[in-house]
Amino acid sequence: MSALVALFARELKLAARARTEWLMPPLFFVIVVTLFGFGVRPNDPQLAAFAPAILWVGALLAALLSLERLYRSDQEDGTLEQLLVSPTSLTFAVFIKSLAHWLLSGLPLVLLAAPLAAMLGFPSALLTPLVVGLALGTPCLSFIGGFVAALTVGLPRGGALLPVLVLPLIVPVVIFGAGAVRASGQGLDASAPLYFLAAILMFTLTVLPWLAAAALRNAFE
Amino acid sequence: MPLLIAEQLTVLRGDRALLRDFDLQLAPGELLHLRGANGVGKTSLLETLAGLRRAGGGRLRWASDDALPHWLGHRNGLNLQLSAVENLRFWCGINGVPAAGIDAALARMKLPPRARLRSCRLLSAGQKRRTALARLLLQPRAVWLLDEPLDGLDVDGLALFAELVGEHLQAGGAVLMTSHQPLPAPLFASERLL
Repeated sequence: MSALVALFARELKLAARARTEWLMPPLFFVIVVTLFGFGVRPNDPQLAAFAPAILWVGALLAALLSLERLYRSDQEDGTLEQLLVSPTSLTFAVFIKSLAHWLLSGLPLVLLAAPLAAMLGFPSALLTPLVVGLALGTPCLSFIGGFVAALTVGLPRGGALLPVLVLPLIVPVVIFGAGAVRASGQGLDASAPLYFLAAILMFTLTVLPWLAAAALRNAFE
Repeated sequence: MPLLIAEQLTVLRGDRALLRDFDLQLAPGELLHLRGANGVGKTSLLETLAGLRRAGGGRLRWASDDALPHWLGHRNGLNLQLSAVENLRFWCGINGVPAAGIDAALARMKLPPRARLRSCRLLSAGQKRRTALARLLLQPRAVWLLDEPLDGLDVDGLALFAELVGEHLQAGGAVLMTSHQPLPAPLFASERLL
């Protein structure tokens, strides 16, 4: 219990000290989506059709920005060693760190999605599947990304490798996330793709922290 | 009854075995100074004993199953954005130790009260080392594994370190450390050349 509080408090404190860490993803998200608006003809109805894809890709790229530093500084300053020697399970620590990453950089994106969708002329009836999909999909990215960040932590220039490894892994998330919106738009039930997203989320929550912990241990070899 | 026994340990660094069939015993009250040229495997050996690195073979036995060593590596384990107190509070949290002892430990390490609340980025190398060493006071653990603990310490810091180690040995603990400089005055160590 004390470990849970300590791990969480540390992430929040670090975020409060380095504001760019958590301000960057939402700003990036807003800028990318706005640029799409400027790039097309004014009042182009096509934009609303592409809005789910734009919002999904924008949100996932934005959440990717802050992933690289998830374990890097801990590894460089020796905090990771102290964590490995401590009785706290590394899997648990990885879980908490990924969860904190989602709260600080994924959740703001979910909250921003609805106003940005309205800006793109997205029909308000479809907002629910979009936001629910993002709420299920962005934590997947935090956990998948956390696993890849753990894999690349010992590598020089691992930051450049990170997006290349993460993006293929989140293809299913994008397919089902955008699929939920599309199904809803065609008057179909959106719950099937959303259930798929929930299943992917459960898989990432339960399996990836173990793999990430093993990868971090391996960074010592 | 030794606190730590290593039998025929193989110490790996990547695919390479740095040490083979290495035997070591650490008795209560013993201060063992590991010596050897750069690259011979002192740090890797300490990391293996601390459980950070997988041993390539051999056995490692502790006095009790739940015995945890204190580990202090080259790196202090301090986040530079956080203050000394915040870093130690985190350490207490993950180790399940009450955080009440932090101020006393930092006072013992003679870190000025104002420096304790400043972010570690602003501390000198010696002050960071003192903060890292303060962990040794936060929880009594029988075995201390210290890799170059004297790095960055001034004369006063060295005396303080000798005092801490002396008390720990008196209390029946054991210390295994590396250092390229001679140990501070009253300490008497058995030496082991790798």
